[in-house]
Amino acid sequence: MAGYCYTLGQLNYRFKDLAEVMAKASPLRSGDQLAGVAAATAEERVVAQMVLADLPLKTFLNETVIPYEQDEVTRLIIDTHDAEAFAPVAHLTVGELRNWLLLESTDARILQDVCLGLTPEMVAAVSKIMRNQDLILVARKCEVITAFRNTIGVPGHFSTRLQPNHPTDDLNGIAASIFDGLMYGSGDAVIGINPATDDVAQTIKLLNMLDELISRYEIPTQSCVLTHVTNTIEAVERGAPVDLVFQSIGGTEITNKSFGVSLALLQEAREAALSLKRGSVGDNVMYFETGQGSALSANGHHGVDQQTCETRAYGLARALDPLLINTVVGFIGPEYLFDGKQIIRAGLEDHFCGKLLGLPMGCDICYTNHAQADQNDMDTLLTLLASARCQFIMGIPGSDDIMLNYQTTSFHDALYIRQLFGARPAPEFDTWLKQQKIFTESGNQLLADKLPGRFAAALSGAGGKL
Amino acid sequence: MSKEEQHLHTDSWQQLRQLTAARIGLGRAGTSLPTSELLKFQLAHAQAIDAVHSPLDREEILKQFAALQYHNTPLNPLCVHSEAQDRYVYLQRPDLGRKLNEASTYTLQQASDKEGYDLSVVIADGLSATAVMQQSVPFLTALLAELESSKPDWSLAPVTLVEQGRVAVGDDIAVALNAKMVVVLIGERPGLSSPDSLGVYLTWSPERGCDDARRNCISNVRPEGLAPDKAAKRCIHLLENARAKQLSGIGLKDRYGDDVLTDGTNDKVFLLTSKKN
Repeated sequence: MAGYCYTLGQLNYRFKDLAEVMAKASPLRSGDQLAGVAAATAEERVVAQMVLADLPLKTFLNETVIPYEQDEVTRLIIDTHDAEAFAPVAHLTVGELRNWLLLESTDARILQDVCLGLTPEMVAAVSKIMRNQDLILVARKCEVITAFRNTIGVPGHFSTRLQPNHPTDDLNGIAASIFDGLMYGSGDAVIGINPATDDVAQTIKLLNMLDELISRYEIPTQSCVLTHVTNTIEAVERGAPVDLVFQSIGGTEITNKSFGVSLALLQEAREAALSLKRGSVGDNVMYFETGQGSALSANGHHGVDQQTCETRAYGLARALDPLLINTVVGFIGPEYLFDGKQIIRAGLEDHFCGKLLGLPMGCDICYTNHAQADQNDMDTLLTLLASARCQFIMGIPGSDDIMLNYQTTSFHDALYIRQLFGARPAPEFDTWLKQQKIFTESGNQLLADKLPGRFAAALSGAGGKL
Repeated sequence: MSKEEQHLHTDSWQQLRQLTAARIGLGRAGTSLPTSELLKFQLAHAQAIDAVHSPLDREEILKQFAALQYHNTPLNPLCVHSEAQDRYVYLQRPDLGRKLNEASTYTLQQASDKEGYDLSVVIADGLSATAVMQQSVPFLTALLAELESSKPDWSLAPVTLVEQGRVAVGDDIAVALNAKMVVVLIGERPGLSSPDSLGVYLTWSPERGCDDARRNCISNVRPEGLAPDKAAKRCIHLLENARAKQLSGIGLKDRYGDDVLTDGTNDKVFLLTSKKN
């Protein structure tokens, strides 16, 4: 293979293959430097972006970044490519695709129609030559609507996953955080618990509690215990009330092997959840989390940059028709995304790429205490993602996850977005909040002043536990 | 009433804070955080950042270990180092934190046993030396007691203390010592409310490049989380099962809870008391 060349003045730049062009064109981040695939200089990065911009989109159908024979994600991407959907953009280069995406006439319907014609690599490539404002503008145009017990992604609506984690999975401790979240109007995307220990019995116990809570209070939402997919399959077999199947996934076969999953296993889990028929307004039963850097962490990146690997994970997710998928953008640590600037850029890229591929993309806007980031960086990313019509964010008491030891967005943060953009929760959940008198419709005020009667009663019933 | 409080809405469910350390019932100014809560958070974040950068006090921890014995033999831990020479490198280069440096490998090879050991116990600073300083002795005391009463006997490799180490450094250590299984006690990354949480990772037949699906994990070991003695019981349960089945990770389901964790039924949850509300 001749590779890709570019002459700039006296200098000849040469990139040996598509993966190298992609990696070197990627905006600077520590994970690509750690993997040894980043551009060596600022100039080389822009030259790689120029090379990338001139590549015909068809290149990505003829040259894979990870060999077809070696990787089931590549096989999925190639085998499910829809040539008919691709036709309207088939003649474009990557640079021309950016221009086309930005046309005012390229609207939600046109983007939906072309979606299955775009591969993850094409989408990752175009993101690398887009500025933050481009990523926001195009993502905002994408409409992705999914449903289970409510409808996620309707324009003008913005959802939250209530994440009531507790370090020992104490049921009352979890219930206390759920109470707090509901009173702040959180939990329409899902009430999703990360259990402290991967354990089938514990998973079933938590699922039973969430199920009873949702049915007792008639909350139009869904539950999830974020345990390994094999635990969830076993929970279904043991008759547990499973709404959504959760799994962390990556963009290469080796990464997924390190998570203990494969496409076939995920399909089996999806079938198991579908067989329960627990959705009332839709049957999207999967919930995925991803994050740049997982492939490198699993020694499974094949020399491909972390943002391209991440986008390939969305290609896998797309085959499983999820209700929700979010990047956990700052969770993995400074060796992959060094500081607030890198986290913000990655969050916008992930959201854009997921949306353009037709996924119900949310974001866990987060950082850890060993990264160079703080709440101000999170405020910035939150505001940008909300303006890009991100489907959902996390909601956690006071931004502090006391089990996973990181900081994500809070119940208060979601209300900030509601005030700023007038964005409502999922329609069914919004109606419930008003019926319950948690949200008020008087004047400028969003939250009612008074604790609604049945929740006040539950609180007085808590007396014996305290 | 202070001036600040005049503009606040107080949450009437603050009593629920007795059920969790999560930051619930914070109240609000408009729909935003009250000033006092905002500043409390900033303080906690500052303290967590400091915990990441505080070094392991080797002399102090060795002093604490001096009291520990296994079958009446003192542990005499070996001190080793990863390939990450300092914290700055450690944070940027996880690959180096996963490898044992050359001098340490040599030290451990000298202490290895031709017959091999059943188990190697490794203590690594990870992202919180604070956690190691506070939790490793209570946990190890409980684990050694469990190991002594477990049948058949466990032959224990010299306990190893590793600086600037990540979980996978235990694989290198077990290989150098010729051990069939490794348990790594490591400082978890500090949370705002828990700068002192210990993680415990088990790997059967460790080797360099082991993927994480081959490990079992017990997290949040600290008095306010999973108490050290309970964590040790869960650990011995996993160890015995791993030895019996000759595997660890995804294939070794943690069934400890099936028999033991039978507390906490729904009607004891305050939102779900049997009285309809």
